[in-house]
Amino acid sequence: MKPRERLSAAIREAAARGEPALVAFLTAGFPSAAHFREHLLAVAAGADVVEIGVPFTDPMADGMTIQRSSQAALKQGVSLKWILAELGAMQRPAAPLVLMSYLNPLLQHGYARLAADAAAVGVCGFIVPDLPFDEGEELRAALAAQGVALIQMVTPVTTPTRMAEVCAASEGFVYAVTMTGITGRNVAVPDTVLEYLAQVKRVAKVPVCAGFGIRSREQVERLRGHVEGVIVGSALVEVLERGEDPTAWLRTLRGH
Amino acid sequence: MNAQLLSADERRSLLDAETSGQFPDARGRFGPYGGRYVPETLIPALERLEAGMREHLHRADFQAELADQLSNWVGRPTALSYAPRLSAAWGAHVWFKREDLAHTGAHKINNALGQALLAQRLGAKRIVAETGAGQHGVASAAACARLGLPCIVYMGAIDMERQAPNVGRMRLMGAEVVPVTGGDQTLRAAIDEALRDWVSDPMGTFYLLGSAVGPHPYPYLVRELQAVIGREAREQFLKRHGGLPDAVFACVGGGSNSIGMFHAFIPDRGVEIIGIEAGGRGPKLGENAASLSYGHPGVLQGCYSLLLQDENGQIHETDSISAGLDYPGVGPEHALLHAAGRVHYESATDAEALDALQECSRLEGILPALETAHALHGAKRWAEKNQGRHALICMSGRGDKDMPTLQRTLLGDAK
Repeated sequence: MKPRERLSAAIREAAARGEPALVAFLTAGFPSAAHFREHLLAVAAGADVVEIGVPFTDPMADGMTIQRSSQAALKQGVSLKWILAELGAMQRPAAPLVLMSYLNPLLQHGYARLAADAAAVGVCGFIVPDLPFDEGEELRAALAAQGVALIQMVTPVTTPTRMAEVCAASEGFVYAVTMTGITGRNVAVPDTVLEYLAQVKRVAKVPVCAGFGIRSREQVERLRGHVEGVIVGSALVEVLERGEDPTAWLRTLRGH
Repeated sequence: MNAQLLSADERRSLLDAETSGQFPDARGRFGPYGGRYVPETLIPALERLEAGMREHLHRADFQAELADQLSNWVGRPTALSYAPRLSAAWGAHVWFKREDLAHTGAHKINNALGQALLAQRLGAKRIVAETGAGQHGVASAAACARLGLPCIVYMGAIDMERQAPNVGRMRLMGAEVVPVTGGDQTLRAAIDEALRDWVSDPMGTFYLLGSAVGPHPYPYLVRELQAVIGREAREQFLKRHGGLPDAVFACVGGGSNSIGMFHAFIPDRGVEIIGIEAGGRGPKLGENAASLSYGHPGVLQGCYSLLLQDENGQIHETDSISAGLDYPGVGPEHALLHAAGRVHYESATDAEALDALQECSRLEGILPALETAHALHGAKRWAEKNQGRHALICMSGRGDKDMPTLQRTLLGDAK
């Protein structure tokens, strides 16, 4: 099975059990680079997919929590190279791994080398928040050569024609942003969002995961049946920041 | 693509495409540079901006309204001044295009007014802008007050302290100034924060970007609105001198006054065009803000251009005495003109800029902005090897805003 298929399969399997798959995000090396492996395993123990954030100096799509965690990680010398080396050196979790990175660190690594290095350490896909669908062809092709997914985002303001195009090109899963705005804000899930998610599901060929602003069991319950997965980011980063147990917190989102 | 590795043929074909108006192309690119690297949420907003710009910008009624405001409120055309005493001192003929005389004291108003008029036509409910030194913030606040639009300006907390008088000016004109405490707390962080605001309300908010940077169509839109500088200067110079200048100079940060000054002269192959970046304290990474001189290609804040970055693709902090040039990237059209070899880019250090500012103030009775002073030094260096020839310099802004820095440096209050 190609890495991107492994990613889709893990989400579908979890969703088949009646609860949306949990895609859990942590900023690599936050709060502590020395405990990265331990944190990654603890998050993976409570999640179906783990999204590892590559810190960047200018995270323009992110709210205060991820800005803060990125800066703290950069101060400890965390980089894409460091993350790939850590993943290569550790006993990797069973949950598929996805890297979330702004484009410039990937560009400087070189796309062909990136695809090979990522596949070698078990990375199944990439989420690149400042790489819209139209600019993604080169990276998509390089990753495809290794079977690695380029996961595309759609938003509530994406036009229907574009949504069909973007969903057709998305691999692994479709990242359906639940609101206009940045990561980390707590929002209710209004009916209009459920209607939008239904539209996304109609045109998507891979599972649909909803993210941005997911922090509570209530939100997960509301989304159950409407998407195959939910993505939690800032709230989990805050759990790690407070030194609490990420596995236990993720369990509360599942309702048991 | 590495500009230094281009063949002569490749340079020529890029320059031909630029001169014949083929850039930006359908994908918003100037050759390899430019593009639209933003979160998906902003794509519909950029598409609407582009469609609105294509519909209105070159239409007769829009141009008439813009021309009326430019002449009766901004004070255009700005003067072309001959600088007799500097000419005598440097041995070459020195001319200034006086953007410092434009309303609010710098070229920034040309763009702010044009974009605010466009925002009004597109039905925007609120305007957000970023500012570094405060000049674009002041210009945006003024244009929004003039047109009755609510204006929110993001400004790094460090810059707010460095440029306190400009914060007051913006507030007096009714703008809300929001301190940015994330990131490096200067211009780059302010742009990130303005983008975050825009992502939160992409349909109702208009982002009034201040330099020729960012995602397509901003580099083009800003250039079109600033190109009035070079158009006027070229015509004024021809009339007064009976020919074209030998060389044209402007300072380059993001690159809005410079692209505005240069654009009309690009087809005039006999005219040397020279852009001066902020050389800060020296050539090492972190000591300057000269992305064309020392940077490498990459993506920052929506656009592929030359950037000051480390080997991991992290954007590096910059240093310059001039807040308006203190930015780690540069507009994509400058990156193209650099690659094509049409414009020569070099840098002036903090100390060189201060010397030029002092000399211009004493000899011509004009206190230039610290940004502009970099261009003055570039012209002085050129004059040494081009005695008796004619240099035209974009006097992009006046230096009143720099008094706190000048008190600490040239006036020696610290001693």
